[in-house]
Amino acid sequence: MASAPAIRAEHITKRYGRIVALSDLSLDVASGVFGFLGPNGAGKTTAIKVLLGLTRPTSGGGAILGEGFGTKAALRRIGYLPELFRYQSWLAAREVLALHCELAGIERARWSAEIDRILAIVGLADRGASRVGTFSKGMQQRLGLGVALLGDPQVVLLDEPTSALDPVGRHDVREIIRALRERGAVVFLNSHLLTEVEQVCDSVAIVDRGKVVAQGTLADLLRTSSVRIRASGLTREGRAALARFGELDDAADGAILIRGIEMEGIPDAVASAVASGARVYAVEPQHESLEERFLRLLGQ
Amino acid sequence: MTGSLVVARLLIGEAARRRLLLALLLLTLVVIALTVWGFSRINELTPSGQPISEAQRRTIASQLLILVMFMFSWVISLASVFVAAPAISGELESGIAAAVLARPISRLEYVVGKWLGLLALILAYGIGAGVVEIVAVNVVVGYLPPRPLEFLAFVVGEGVVLLTLALALSTRMSGMVGGVIAAILFGIAWMGGIIGGVGAALGNQTITHVGTATKLILPTDGLWRGAVWSLEPAVIIAANTQLGPAVAANPFFAAEPPPAAYVVWAVAWIAAVLVLAVWSFRSREI
Ligand SMILES: Nc1ncnc2c1ncn2[C@@H]1O[C@H](COP(=O)(O)OP(=O)(O)OP(=O)(O)O)[C@@H](O)[C@H]1O
Ligand SMILES: [Mg+2]
Repeated sequence: MASAPAIRAEHITKRYGRIVALSDLSLDVASGVFGFLGPNGAGKTTAIKVLLGLTRPTSGGGAILGEGFGTKAALRRIGYLPELFRYQSWLAAREVLALHCELAGIERARWSAEIDRILAIVGLADRGASRVGTFSKGMQQRLGLGVALLGDPQVVLLDEPTSALDPVGRHDVREIIRALRERGAVVFLNSHLLTEVEQVCDSVAIVDRGKVVAQGTLADLLRTSSVRIRASGLTREGRAALARFGELDDAADGAILIRGIEMEGIPDAVASAVASGARVYAVEPQHESLEERFLRLLGQ
Repeated sequence: MTGSLVVARLLIGEAARRRLLLALLLLTLVVIALTVWGFSRINELTPSGQPISEAQRRTIASQLLILVMFMFSWVISLASVFVAAPAISGELESGIAAAVLARPISRLEYVVGKWLGLLALILAYGIGAGVVEIVAVNVVVGYLPPRPLEFLAFVVGEGVVLLTLALALSTRMSGMVGGVIAAILFGIAWMGGIIGGVGAALGNQTITHVGTATKLILPTDGLWRGAVWSLEPAVIIAANTQLGPAVAANPFFAAEPPPAAYVVWAVAWIAAVLVLAVWSFRSREI
Protein backbone atom coordinates (compact mmCIF):
# COMPACT_ATOMS: atom_id res chain seq x y z
CA MET A 1 0.00 0.00 0.00
CA ALA A 2 2.76 2.40 0.96
CA SER A 3 4.32 1.82 -2.43
CA ALA A 4 1.23 2.86 -4.39
CA PRO A 5 1.72 6.32 -5.88
CA ALA A 6 -0.69 8.95 -4.66
CA ILE A 7 -2.15 9.49 -8.09
CA ARG A 8 -1.76 7.13 -11.01
CA ALA A 9 -3.51 7.51 -14.33
CA GLU A 10 -2.97 5.04 -17.12
CA HIS A 11 -3.85 5.84 -20.71
CA ILE A 12 -7.01 7.70 -19.86
CA THR A 13 -9.05 8.81 -22.82
CA LYS A 14 -12.35 10.63 -22.48
CA ARG A 15 -14.57 11.43 -25.43
CA TYR A 16 -17.75 13.46 -25.43
CA GLY A 17 -19.24 12.44 -28.75
CA ARG A 18 -16.73 13.70 -31.28
CA ILE A 19 -14.88 15.93 -28.83
CA VAL A 20 -11.80 14.33 -27.31
CA ALA A 21 -11.55 15.93 -23.87
CA LEU A 22 -8.60 13.78 -22.77
CA SER A 23 -6.38 11.70 -24.97
CA ASP A 24 -4.18 8.94 -23.55
CA LEU A 25 -3.36 10.73 -20.28
CA SER A 26 -0.80 8.93 -18.14
CA LEU A 27 0.38 10.38 -14.84
CA ASP A 28 2.30 9.23 -11.83
CA VAL A 29 2.33 11.62 -8.93
CA ALA A 30 4.16 10.33 -5.88
CA SER A 31 4.49 13.43 -3.75
CA GLY A 32 4.50 17.19 -3.70
CA VAL A 33 2.47 19.60 -5.74
CA PHE A 34 1.55 18.64 -9.27
CA GLY A 35 0.49 21.38 -11.64
CA PHE A 36 -1.86 20.53 -14.47
CA LEU A 37 -1.61 23.41 -16.88
CA GLY A 38 -3.53 24.11 -19.99
CA PRO A 39 -5.62 26.65 -21.85
CA ASN A 40 -9.44 26.77 -21.70
CA GLY A 41 -11.02 23.53 -22.85
CA ALA A 42 -7.75 21.59 -22.58
CA GLY A 43 -9.33 18.89 -20.41
CA LYS A 44 -8.12 19.89 -16.94
CA THR A 45 -11.52 19.70 -15.25
CA THR A 46 -12.30 16.48 -17.07
CA ALA A 47 -9.10 14.95 -15.69
CA ILE A 48 -10.01 15.83 -12.10
CA LYS A 49 -13.54 14.49 -12.53
CA VAL A 50 -12.13 11.22 -13.83
CA LEU A 51 -9.79 10.99 -10.83
CA LEU A 52 -12.81 11.43 -8.54
CA GLY A 53 -14.99 8.95 -10.39
CA LEU A 54 -17.53 11.68 -11.16
CA THR A 55 -16.94 10.99 -14.84
CA ARG A 56 -16.09 7.62 -16.30
CA PRO A 57 -13.22 7.54 -18.79
CA THR A 58 -13.96 6.17 -22.25
CA SER A 59 -10.86 3.98 -21.83
CA GLY A 60 -7.97 3.65 -19.45
CA GLY A 61 -7.96 3.71 -15.67
CA GLY A 62 -5.83 4.21 -12.62
CA ALA A 63 -5.88 4.63 -8.88
CA ILE A 64 -5.58 7.10 -6.05
CA LEU A 65 -3.50 5.83 -3.13
CA GLY A 66 -3.92 2.38 -4.65
CA GLU A 67 -7.74 2.56 -4.68
CA GLY A 68 -9.86 2.72 -7.81
CA PHE A 69 -11.25 6.07 -8.96
CA GLY A 70 -14.51 6.94 -7.21
CA THR A 71 -14.35 4.11 -4.67
CA LYS A 72 -15.27 5.01 -1.12
CA ALA A 73 -11.80 4.01 0.06
CA ALA A 74 -10.26 6.55 -2.33
CA LEU A 75 -12.81 9.31 -1.71
CA ARG A 76 -12.32 9.06 2.06
CA ARG A 77 -8.77 10.32 1.56
CA ILE A 78 -9.41 13.05 -1.02
CA GLY A 79 -10.26 16.71 -0.57
CA TYR A 80 -11.77 18.42 -3.62
CA LEU A 81 -12.42 22.00 -4.62
CA PRO A 82 -14.65 21.99 -7.72
CA GLU A 83 -14.28 24.51 -10.50
CA LEU A 84 -17.88 25.66 -9.87
CA PHE A 85 -17.51 26.02 -6.12
CA ARG A 86 -21.16 26.09 -5.09
CA TYR A 87 -22.42 25.01 -1.71
CA GLN A 88 -25.86 24.85 -0.11
CA SER A 89 -26.77 28.55 -0.10
CA TRP A 90 -29.35 28.12 2.65
CA LEU A 91 -26.77 26.76 5.11
CA ALA A 92 -24.31 28.73 7.22
CA ALA A 93 -20.62 28.23 6.41
CA ARG A 94 -20.17 26.19 9.58
CA GLU A 95 -23.11 23.99 8.61
CA VAL A 96 -21.61 23.32 5.19
CA LEU A 97 -18.36 22.29 6.83
CA ALA A 98 -20.24 20.13 9.35
CA LEU A 99 -22.09 18.45 6.49
CA HIS A 100 -18.79 17.60 4.84
CA CYS A 101 -17.34 16.42 8.16
CA GLU A 102 -20.25 14.01 8.37
CA LEU A 103 -19.98 12.90 4.74
CA ALA A 104 -16.22 12.43 5.12
CA GLY A 105 -16.77 10.26 8.17
CA ILE A 106 -14.95 12.49 10.64
CA GLU A 107 -15.73 11.72 14.28
CA ARG A 108 -18.47 13.98 15.57
CA ALA A 109 -16.49 14.96 18.65
CA ARG A 110 -13.81 16.53 16.44
CA TRP A 111 -16.13 18.54 14.19
CA SER A 112 -16.24 21.76 16.14
CA ALA A 113 -12.47 22.09 16.58
CA GLU A 114 -11.86 21.05 12.98
CA ILE A 115 -14.34 23.60 11.65
CA ASP A 116 -12.76 26.38 13.71
CA ARG A 117 -9.33 25.41 12.43
CA ILE A 118 -10.47 25.36 8.80
CA LEU A 119 -12.34 28.66 9.02
CA ALA A 120 -9.17 30.27 10.38
CA ILE A 121 -7.00 28.80 7.61
CA VAL A 122 -9.21 30.11 4.82
CA GLY A 123 -9.78 33.46 6.48
CA LEU A 124 -13.48 33.09 7.25
CA ALA A 125 -13.19 32.85 11.03
CA ASP A 126 -15.60 35.73 11.59
CA ARG A 127 -18.14 34.60 8.97
CA GLY A 128 -18.76 31.04 10.08
CA ALA A 129 -22.33 31.82 11.09
CA SER A 130 -23.26 33.67 7.88
CA ARG A 131 -25.38 31.98 5.27
CA VAL A 132 -23.40 30.86 2.23
CA GLY A 133 -25.95 32.55 -0.01
CA THR A 134 -24.79 35.91 1.34
CA PHE A 135 -21.12 35.23 0.56
CA SER A 136 -19.19 37.01 -2.17
CA LYS A 137 -17.72 34.84 -4.89
CA GLY A 138 -14.26 34.94 -3.37
CA MET A 139 -15.65 34.01 0.04
CA GLN A 140 -17.45 31.06 -1.51
CA GLN A 141 -14.20 29.91 -3.09
CA ARG A 142 -12.46 30.23 0.26
CA LEU A 143 -15.20 28.11 1.81
CA GLY A 144 -14.72 25.56 -0.98
CA LEU A 145 -11.03 25.45 -0.22
CA GLY A 146 -11.90 24.89 3.43
CA VAL A 147 -14.18 22.00 2.46
CA ALA A 148 -11.28 20.49 0.49
CA LEU A 149 -8.95 20.75 3.49
CA LEU A 150 -11.33 19.22 6.07
CA GLY A 151 -9.93 16.24 7.91
CA ASP A 152 -6.38 16.53 6.52
CA PRO A 153 -6.88 14.48 3.35
CA GLN A 154 -3.82 12.82 1.84
CA VAL A 155 -4.69 13.91 -1.66
CA VAL A 156 -6.11 17.35 -2.44
CA LEU A 157 -7.53 18.10 -5.88
CA LEU A 158 -7.92 21.80 -6.60
CA ASP A 159 -9.61 22.94 -9.79
CA GLU A 160 -8.45 26.52 -10.37
CA PRO A 161 -8.46 27.44 -6.68
CA THR A 162 -7.76 31.13 -7.20
CA SER A 163 -10.13 31.92 -10.07
CA ALA A 164 -12.25 34.22 -7.88
CA LEU A 165 -9.63 35.47 -5.45
CA ASP A 166 -7.96 38.85 -5.00
CA PRO A 167 -4.15 39.10 -4.82
CA VAL A 168 -4.20 38.60 -1.07
CA GLY A 169 -6.35 35.53 -1.51
CA ARG A 170 -3.99 34.15 -4.16
CA HIS A 171 -1.11 34.61 -1.81
CA ASP A 172 -3.04 32.84 0.95
CA VAL A 173 -3.75 29.92 -1.36
CA ARG A 174 -0.06 29.59 -2.19
CA GLU A 175 0.71 29.48 1.52
CA ILE A 176 -2.00 26.88 2.06
CA ILE A 177 -0.61 24.72 -0.73
CA ARG A 178 2.91 25.01 0.66
CA ALA A 179 1.63 23.99 4.09
CA LEU A 180 -0.08 20.98 2.52
CA ARG A 181 3.16 19.92 0.91
CA GLU A 182 5.00 20.30 4.20
CA ARG A 183 2.43 18.08 5.86
CA GLY A 184 3.13 15.43 3.24
CA ALA A 185 -0.12 15.75 1.30
CA VAL A 186 -0.16 15.42 -2.45
CA VAL A 187 -1.76 18.32 -4.29
CA PHE A 188 -3.12 18.19 -7.83
CA LEU A 189 -3.52 21.76 -8.99
CA ASN A 190 -5.44 22.65 -12.14
CA SER A 191 -4.59 26.04 -13.46
CA HIS A 192 -4.02 28.25 -16.40
CA LEU A 193 -2.16 30.76 -14.27
CA LEU A 194 1.48 30.19 -14.97
CA THR A 195 2.86 32.27 -12.15
CA GLU A 196 0.76 30.33 -9.69
CA VAL A 197 2.10 27.04 -11.00
CA GLU A 198 5.66 28.33 -11.20
CA GLN A 199 5.59 29.39 -7.59
CA VAL A 200 4.21 26.28 -5.93
CA CYS A 201 4.53 23.24 -8.17
CA ASP A 202 7.21 20.59 -8.01
CA SER A 203 6.19 18.97 -11.25
CA VAL A 204 3.99 19.98 -14.11
CA ALA A 205 2.12 18.59 -17.07
CA ILE A 206 1.05 20.89 -19.85
CA VAL A 207 -2.09 19.79 -21.69
CA ASP A 208 -3.58 21.08 -24.86
CA ARG A 209 -6.74 19.77 -26.50
CA GLY A 210 -6.63 16.70 -24.29
CA LYS A 211 -3.02 15.79 -25.01
CA VAL A 212 -0.09 16.18 -22.64
CA VAL A 213 2.49 18.14 -24.62
CA ALA A 214 5.14 18.32 -21.91
CA GLN A 215 5.58 16.72 -18.55
CA GLY A 216 8.28 16.74 -15.90
CA THR A 217 9.68 18.69 -13.02
CA LEU A 218 9.58 22.43 -13.35
CA ALA A 219 13.38 22.43 -13.58
CA ASP A 220 13.22 19.89 -16.41
CA LEU A 221 10.67 21.87 -18.33
CA LEU A 222 12.55 25.12 -17.98
CA ARG A 223 15.97 23.66 -18.62
CA THR A 224 15.61 24.30 -22.29
CA SER A 225 15.90 27.95 -22.94
CA SER A 226 17.11 30.29 -25.61
CA VAL A 227 20.35 32.02 -26.39
CA ARG A 228 21.16 35.24 -28.31
CA ILE A 229 24.28 35.08 -30.42
CA ARG A 230 25.76 38.17 -32.03
CA ALA A 231 28.08 37.16 -34.80
CA SER A 232 29.25 38.38 -38.18
CA GLY A 233 30.13 36.44 -41.32
CA LEU A 234 27.62 33.69 -40.62
CA THR A 235 27.24 31.63 -43.84
CA ARG A 236 24.24 29.61 -44.87
CA GLU A 237 26.07 26.48 -43.74
CA GLY A 238 26.80 28.19 -40.44
CA ARG A 239 23.10 28.92 -39.93
CA ALA A 240 22.19 25.35 -40.84
CA ALA A 241 24.67 24.13 -38.23
CA LEU A 242 23.05 26.37 -35.59
CA ALA A 243 19.55 25.27 -36.59
CA ARG A 244 20.39 21.78 -35.35
CA PHE A 245 20.42 23.13 -31.79
CA GLY A 246 17.02 24.80 -31.84
CA GLU A 247 14.63 27.08 -33.61
CA LEU A 248 16.40 30.02 -35.25
CA ASP A 249 15.00 33.52 -35.14
CA ASP A 250 16.51 36.79 -36.33
CA ALA A 251 16.37 39.50 -33.69
CA ALA A 252 15.78 43.12 -34.75
CA ASP A 253 19.33 44.15 -33.90
CA GLY A 254 20.82 41.54 -36.23
CA ALA A 255 21.51 38.99 -33.53
CA ILE A 256 20.40 35.40 -33.92
CA LEU A 257 18.09 33.79 -31.37
CA ILE A 258 18.22 30.02 -30.88
CA ARG A 259 15.07 28.95 -29.04
CA GLY A 260 14.66 25.68 -27.19
CA ILE A 261 18.35 25.00 -26.90
CA GLU A 262 19.60 22.98 -23.93
CA MET A 263 21.98 24.86 -21.65
CA GLU A 264 24.70 22.25 -22.22
CA GLY A 265 24.35 22.71 -25.94
CA ILE A 266 25.33 26.39 -25.98
CA PRO A 267 29.16 25.91 -26.09
CA ASP A 268 28.73 23.39 -28.93
CA ALA A 269 26.55 25.80 -30.86
CA VAL A 270 29.12 28.57 -30.47
CA ALA A 271 31.88 26.18 -31.54
CA SER A 272 29.99 25.17 -34.65
CA ALA A 273 29.38 28.82 -35.56
CA VAL A 274 33.08 29.58 -35.17
CA ALA A 275 34.00 26.46 -37.14
CA SER A 276 31.84 27.69 -40.03
CA GLY A 277 33.93 30.84 -40.17
CA ALA A 278 31.72 33.27 -38.24
CA ARG A 279 33.14 35.78 -35.77
CA VAL A 280 31.22 35.65 -32.47
CA TYR A 281 30.94 38.86 -30.43
CA ALA A 282 28.42 37.97 -27.78
CA VAL A 283 26.61 34.94 -26.36
CA GLU A 284 23.68 35.74 -24.08
CA PRO A 285 21.83 32.75 -22.63
CA GLN A 286 18.21 33.63 -21.79
CA HIS A 287 15.99 31.71 -19.43
CA GLU A 288 12.67 30.97 -20.93
CA SER A 289 9.84 31.69 -18.57
CA LEU A 290 7.13 29.11 -18.09
CA GLU A 291 4.86 31.42 -20.01
CA GLU A 292 7.14 31.45 -23.05
CA ARG A 293 7.52 27.70 -22.84
CA PHE A 294 3.77 27.32 -22.54
CA LEU A 295 3.03 29.55 -25.50
CA ARG A 296 5.72 27.86 -27.59
CA LEU A 297 4.33 24.42 -26.81
CA LEU A 298 0.79 25.48 -27.60
CA GLY A 299 1.92 27.18 -30.78
CA GLN A 300 3.37 23.97 -32.17
CA MET B 1 -26.87 3.84 4.15
CA THR B 2 -25.97 6.62 6.59
CA GLY B 3 -25.17 8.72 3.51
CA SER B 4 -28.84 8.44 2.52
CA LEU B 5 -29.95 9.76 5.87
CA VAL B 6 -27.61 12.74 5.58
CA VAL B 7 -28.98 13.55 2.12
CA ALA B 8 -32.58 13.09 3.29
CA ARG B 9 -32.06 15.33 6.30
CA LEU B 10 -30.44 17.96 4.12
CA LEU B 11 -33.42 17.95 1.75
CA ILE B 12 -35.90 18.37 4.60
CA GLY B 13 -33.71 21.10 6.08
CA GLU B 14 -33.71 22.90 2.75
CA ALA B 15 -37.51 22.71 2.51
CA ALA B 16 -37.77 24.19 5.98
CA ARG B 17 -35.16 26.93 5.46
CA ARG B 18 -36.56 27.91 2.11
CA ARG B 19 -39.97 28.21 3.79
CA LEU B 20 -41.59 25.58 1.57
CA LEU B 21 -43.05 23.97 4.68
CA LEU B 22 -44.30 27.32 5.93
CA ALA B 23 -45.93 28.11 2.59
CA LEU B 24 -47.66 24.73 2.48
CA LEU B 25 -48.83 25.17 6.05
CA LEU B 26 -50.28 28.63 5.43
CA LEU B 27 -52.00 27.62 2.19
CA THR B 28 -53.44 24.55 3.89
CA LEU B 29 -54.81 26.71 6.67
CA VAL B 30 -56.50 28.93 4.08
CA VAL B 31 -58.05 25.90 2.35
CA ILE B 32 -59.22 24.47 5.63
CA ALA B 33 -60.72 27.80 6.71
CA LEU B 34 -62.63 27.95 3.41
CA THR B 35 -63.94 24.38 3.69
CA VAL B 36 -64.94 24.88 7.30
CA TRP B 37 -66.92 27.93 6.25
CA GLY B 38 -68.42 26.07 3.28
CA PHE B 39 -69.42 23.05 5.33
CA SER B 40 -70.90 25.23 8.05
CA ARG B 41 -73.39 26.55 5.45
CA ILE B 42 -74.78 23.03 5.05
CA ASN B 43 -76.21 23.29 8.56
CA GLU B 44 -78.10 26.41 7.55
CA LEU B 45 -79.63 25.00 4.35
CA THR B 46 -83.42 25.33 4.39
CA PRO B 47 -84.52 24.28 0.88
CA SER B 48 -88.25 23.86 1.72
CA GLY B 49 -88.39 26.27 4.58
CA GLN B 50 -87.27 23.59 7.05
CA PRO B 51 -83.84 22.37 8.10
CA ILE B 52 -82.65 19.39 6.02
CA SER B 53 -82.74 15.90 7.44
CA GLU B 54 -79.80 14.19 9.03
CA ALA B 55 -79.49 11.76 6.08
CA GLN B 56 -79.55 14.61 3.55
CA ARG B 57 -76.93 16.47 5.47
CA ARG B 58 -74.63 13.46 5.52
CA THR B 59 -75.09 12.91 1.81
CA ILE B 60 -74.32 16.51 0.95
CA ALA B 61 -71.32 16.54 3.29
CA SER B 62 -69.92 13.33 1.80
CA GLN B 63 -70.21 14.63 -1.77
CA LEU B 64 -68.71 17.99 -0.86
CA LEU B 65 -65.86 16.29 0.97
CA ILE B 66 -65.11 14.18 -2.10
CA LEU B 67 -64.84 17.35 -4.18
CA VAL B 68 -62.59 19.03 -1.64
CA MET B 69 -60.41 15.96 -1.33
CA PHE B 70 -60.22 15.70 -5.10
CA MET B 71 -58.64 19.12 -5.10
CA PHE B 72 -56.43 18.04 -2.21
CA SER B 73 -55.21 15.04 -4.20
CA TRP B 74 -54.27 17.35 -7.09
CA VAL B 75 -52.41 19.63 -4.75
CA ILE B 76 -50.46 16.71 -3.24
CA SER B 77 -49.75 15.28 -6.67
CA LEU B 78 -48.54 18.51 -8.23
CA ALA B 79 -46.61 19.50 -5.10
CA SER B 80 -44.85 16.13 -5.26
CA VAL B 81 -43.99 16.73 -8.90
CA PHE B 82 -42.64 20.22 -8.44
CA VAL B 83 -40.66 19.49 -5.30
CA ALA B 84 -39.11 16.31 -6.72
CA ALA B 85 -38.45 17.46 -10.29
CA PRO B 86 -35.48 19.73 -9.44
CA ALA B 87 -34.30 17.67 -6.45
CA ILE B 88 -31.33 16.15 -8.29
CA SER B 89 -31.06 18.16 -11.50
CA GLY B 90 -30.93 21.45 -9.62
CA GLU B 91 -27.93 20.32 -7.61
CA LEU B 92 -26.22 19.01 -10.73
CA GLU B 93 -26.72 22.29 -12.55
CA SER B 94 -25.55 24.46 -9.68
CA GLY B 95 -22.54 22.26 -8.97
CA ILE B 96 -23.58 21.44 -5.40
CA ALA B 97 -23.80 17.76 -6.32
CA ALA B 98 -20.16 17.59 -7.43
CA ALA B 99 -18.90 18.53 -3.96
CA VAL B 100 -21.25 16.05 -2.25
CA LEU B 101 -20.59 13.15 -4.63
CA ALA B 102 -16.82 13.59 -4.27
CA ARG B 103 -17.35 12.35 -0.72
CA PRO B 104 -17.56 8.65 0.12
CA ILE B 105 -21.26 8.39 -0.73
CA SER B 106 -22.57 6.17 -3.50
CA ARG B 107 -24.97 7.30 -6.18
CA LEU B 108 -27.43 4.75 -4.78
CA GLU B 109 -27.25 6.38 -1.35
CA TYR B 110 -27.69 9.82 -2.89
CA VAL B 111 -30.82 8.93 -4.90
CA VAL B 112 -32.36 6.92 -2.08
CA GLY B 113 -31.59 9.78 0.32
CA LYS B 114 -33.38 12.26 -1.93
CA TRP B 115 -36.32 9.88 -2.20
CA LEU B 116 -36.54 9.38 1.56
CA GLY B 117 -36.41 13.13 2.17
CA LEU B 118 -39.18 13.77 -0.36
CA LEU B 119 -41.20 10.88 1.03
CA ALA B 120 -40.98 12.36 4.52
CA LEU B 121 -42.16 15.75 3.22
CA ILE B 122 -45.11 14.29 1.33
CA LEU B 123 -46.11 12.05 4.23
CA ALA B 124 -45.95 14.92 6.68
CA TYR B 125 -47.91 17.27 4.45
CA GLY B 126 -50.42 14.73 3.14
CA ILE B 127 -51.22 13.14 6.47
CA GLY B 128 -51.09 16.42 8.39
CA ALA B 129 -53.34 18.40 6.07
CA GLY B 130 -55.65 15.43 5.39
CA VAL B 131 -56.23 14.70 9.07
CA VAL B 132 -56.89 18.34 9.92
CA GLU B 133 -59.37 18.61 7.03
CA ILE B 134 -61.27 15.48 8.05
CA VAL B 135 -61.35 16.50 11.70
CA ALA B 136 -62.48 20.04 10.82
CA VAL B 137 -65.39 18.71 8.74
CA ASN B 138 -66.29 16.31 11.52
CA VAL B 139 -66.38 19.13 14.06
CA VAL B 140 -68.48 21.41 11.84
CA VAL B 141 -71.10 19.02 10.42
CA GLY B 142 -70.52 15.87 12.45
CA TYR B 143 -69.67 13.82 9.37
CA LEU B 144 -66.80 11.32 9.31
CA PRO B 145 -66.01 9.47 6.06
CA PRO B 146 -66.23 5.70 6.46
CA ARG B 147 -62.56 4.82 5.84
CA PRO B 148 -60.35 7.84 6.64
CA LEU B 149 -57.10 5.84 7.07
CA GLU B 150 -57.47 4.07 3.74
CA PHE B 151 -58.25 7.43 2.18
CA LEU B 152 -55.02 8.96 3.48
CA ALA B 153 -53.01 5.95 2.31
CA PHE B 154 -54.45 6.16 -1.22
CA VAL B 155 -54.01 9.93 -1.55
CA VAL B 156 -50.47 9.95 -0.18
CA GLY B 157 -49.74 6.93 -2.40
CA GLU B 158 -50.64 9.09 -5.40
CA GLY B 159 -48.10 11.65 -4.23
CA VAL B 160 -45.43 9.00 -3.74
CA VAL B 161 -45.99 7.63 -7.24
CA LEU B 162 -45.52 11.10 -8.72
CA LEU B 163 -42.55 12.09 -6.59
CA THR B 164 -40.78 8.88 -7.58
CA LEU B 165 -41.50 9.53 -11.24
CA ALA B 166 -40.35 13.15 -11.05
CA LEU B 167 -37.20 12.15 -9.16
CA ALA B 168 -36.34 9.58 -11.82
CA LEU B 169 -36.78 12.27 -14.51
CA SER B 170 -34.65 14.60 -12.38
CA THR B 171 -31.61 12.37 -12.82
CA ARG B 172 -31.58 13.19 -16.51
CA MET B 173 -33.43 16.43 -17.21
CA SER B 174 -33.82 19.89 -15.79
CA GLY B 175 -36.44 20.51 -13.14
CA MET B 176 -38.62 22.50 -15.49
CA VAL B 177 -38.72 19.84 -18.21
CA GLY B 178 -39.08 16.93 -15.78
CA GLY B 179 -41.80 18.75 -13.86
CA VAL B 180 -43.81 19.51 -16.96
CA ILE B 181 -43.47 15.96 -18.26
CA ALA B 182 -44.55 14.42 -14.94
CA ALA B 183 -47.46 16.85 -14.62
CA ILE B 184 -48.67 16.10 -18.15
CA LEU B 185 -48.38 12.35 -17.59
CA PHE B 186 -50.43 12.80 -14.43
CA GLY B 187 -53.10 14.65 -16.40
CA ILE B 188 -53.10 12.01 -19.13
CA ALA B 189 -53.47 9.24 -16.55
CA TRP B 190 -56.43 11.06 -15.02
CA MET B 191 -58.12 11.42 -18.41
CA GLY B 192 -57.23 7.81 -19.21
CA GLY B 193 -59.14 6.78 -16.10
CA ILE B 194 -62.22 8.71 -17.24
CA ILE B 195 -61.95 7.33 -20.77
CA GLY B 196 -61.71 3.81 -19.35
CA GLY B 197 -64.83 4.56 -17.30
CA VAL B 198 -66.64 5.75 -20.41
CA GLY B 199 -65.60 2.52 -22.11
CA ALA B 200 -67.05 0.52 -19.22
CA ALA B 201 -70.26 2.58 -19.33
CA LEU B 202 -70.63 1.96 -23.05
CA GLY B 203 -69.56 -1.65 -22.80
CA ASN B 204 -66.72 -0.96 -25.25
CA GLN B 205 -63.83 -3.38 -24.63
CA THR B 206 -61.12 -1.44 -26.51
CA ILE B 207 -61.77 1.82 -24.70
CA THR B 208 -61.91 0.01 -21.36
CA HIS B 209 -58.52 -1.53 -22.07
CA VAL B 210 -57.05 1.89 -22.81
CA GLY B 211 -58.24 3.01 -19.39
CA THR B 212 -56.84 -0.09 -17.71
CA ALA B 213 -53.51 0.39 -19.48
CA THR B 214 -53.15 3.99 -18.27
CA LYS B 215 -54.03 2.88 -14.74
CA LEU B 216 -51.16 0.40 -14.92
CA ILE B 217 -48.61 2.62 -16.66
CA LEU B 218 -49.04 5.43 -14.13
CA PRO B 219 -50.99 4.22 -11.10
CA THR B 220 -52.22 7.63 -9.93
CA ASP B 221 -55.80 7.48 -11.18
CA GLY B 222 -56.24 3.94 -9.92
CA LEU B 223 -55.20 5.10 -6.45
CA TRP B 224 -57.55 8.08 -6.68
CA ARG B 225 -60.45 5.66 -7.27
CA GLY B 226 -59.41 3.97 -4.04
CA ALA B 227 -59.39 7.33 -2.28
CA VAL B 228 -62.92 8.16 -3.55
CA TRP B 229 -64.20 4.78 -2.51
CA SER B 230 -62.77 5.33 1.02
CA LEU B 231 -64.84 8.50 1.32
CA GLU B 232 -68.19 7.04 0.23
CA PRO B 233 -70.85 6.06 2.78
CA ALA B 234 -72.59 2.78 1.93
CA VAL B 235 -75.83 4.59 0.99
CA ILE B 236 -74.06 6.54 -1.73
CA ILE B 237 -72.51 3.40 -3.19
CA ALA B 238 -75.88 1.66 -3.16
CA ALA B 239 -77.68 4.62 -4.74
CA ASN B 240 -75.09 5.09 -7.49
CA THR B 241 -74.80 1.43 -8.30
CA GLN B 242 -78.52 1.39 -9.11
CA LEU B 243 -77.84 3.85 -11.90
CA GLY B 244 -76.20 1.05 -13.90
CA PRO B 245 -72.84 0.94 -15.69
CA ALA B 246 -72.95 4.64 -16.68
CA VAL B 247 -71.56 5.70 -13.27
CA ALA B 248 -68.20 4.14 -14.14
CA ALA B 249 -67.47 7.27 -16.17
CA ASN B 250 -67.80 9.50 -13.10
CA PRO B 251 -64.34 10.35 -11.70
CA PHE B 252 -65.90 11.23 -8.35
CA PHE B 253 -67.40 7.82 -7.77
CA ALA B 254 -66.00 4.32 -7.32
CA ALA B 255 -68.30 1.36 -6.75
CA GLU B 256 -65.56 -0.78 -5.24
CA PRO B 257 -61.99 -0.45 -3.97
CA PRO B 258 -59.09 -1.26 -6.27
CA PRO B 259 -58.24 -4.96 -6.01
CA ALA B 260 -55.39 -5.89 -3.65
CA ALA B 261 -53.34 -6.91 -6.66
CA TYR B 262 -53.56 -3.33 -7.92
CA VAL B 263 -52.19 -1.97 -4.65
CA VAL B 264 -49.35 -4.47 -4.88
CA TRP B 265 -48.79 -3.31 -8.45
CA ALA B 266 -48.59 0.32 -7.35
CA VAL B 267 -45.99 -0.51 -4.69
CA ALA B 268 -43.97 -2.58 -7.17
CA TRP B 269 -44.24 0.29 -9.68
CA ILE B 270 -42.77 2.72 -7.16
CA ALA B 271 -39.93 0.33 -6.34
CA ALA B 272 -39.19 -0.29 -10.02
CA VAL B 273 -39.11 3.41 -10.92
CA LEU B 274 -36.83 4.08 -7.95
CA VAL B 275 -34.46 1.35 -9.16
CA LEU B 276 -34.60 2.93 -12.60
CA ALA B 277 -33.73 6.32 -11.10
CA VAL B 278 -30.69 4.86 -9.32
CA TRP B 279 -29.54 3.13 -12.48
CA SER B 280 -30.03 6.28 -14.54
CA PHE B 281 -28.11 8.41 -12.05
CA ARG B 282 -25.29 5.89 -11.75
CA SER B 283 -24.64 5.88 -15.44
CA ARG B 284 -24.54 9.63 -15.90
CA GLU B 285 -21.69 12.12 -15.87
CA ILE B 286 -21.55 14.71 -13.13
N1 LIG C 1 -20.29 17.21 -20.16
C1 LIG C 1 -19.66 17.50 -21.31
N2 LIG C 1 -20.26 17.27 -22.49
C2 LIG C 1 -19.64 17.54 -23.64
N3 LIG C 1 -18.41 18.05 -23.74
C3 LIG C 1 -17.75 18.31 -22.61
C4 LIG C 1 -18.34 18.06 -21.33
N4 LIG C 1 -17.45 18.40 -20.38
C5 LIG C 1 -16.37 18.87 -21.03
N5 LIG C 1 -16.54 18.79 -22.38
C6 LIG C 1 -15.56 19.19 -23.39
O1 LIG C 1 -14.32 18.63 -23.05
C7 LIG C 1 -13.27 19.54 -23.30
C8 LIG C 1 -12.46 19.76 -22.04
O2 LIG C 1 -13.25 20.43 -21.07
P1 LIG C 1 -12.72 20.77 -19.62
O3 LIG C 1 -13.84 21.34 -18.84
O4 LIG C 1 -12.05 19.58 -19.06
O5 LIG C 1 -11.64 21.91 -19.93
P2 LIG C 1 -10.74 22.73 -18.92
O6 LIG C 1 -9.33 22.43 -19.27
O7 LIG C 1 -11.14 22.49 -17.53
O8 LIG C 1 -11.07 24.22 -19.35
P3 LIG C 1 -11.21 25.57 -18.47
O9 LIG C 1 -9.84 26.11 -18.29
O10 LIG C 1 -12.03 26.46 -19.35
O11 LIG C 1 -11.88 25.21 -17.21
C9 LIG C 1 -13.93 20.82 -23.83
O12 LIG C 1 -13.84 20.80 -25.23
C10 LIG C 1 -15.35 20.68 -23.42
O13 LIG C 1 -16.21 21.28 -24.36
MG1 LIG D 1 -11.88 23.61 -16.07
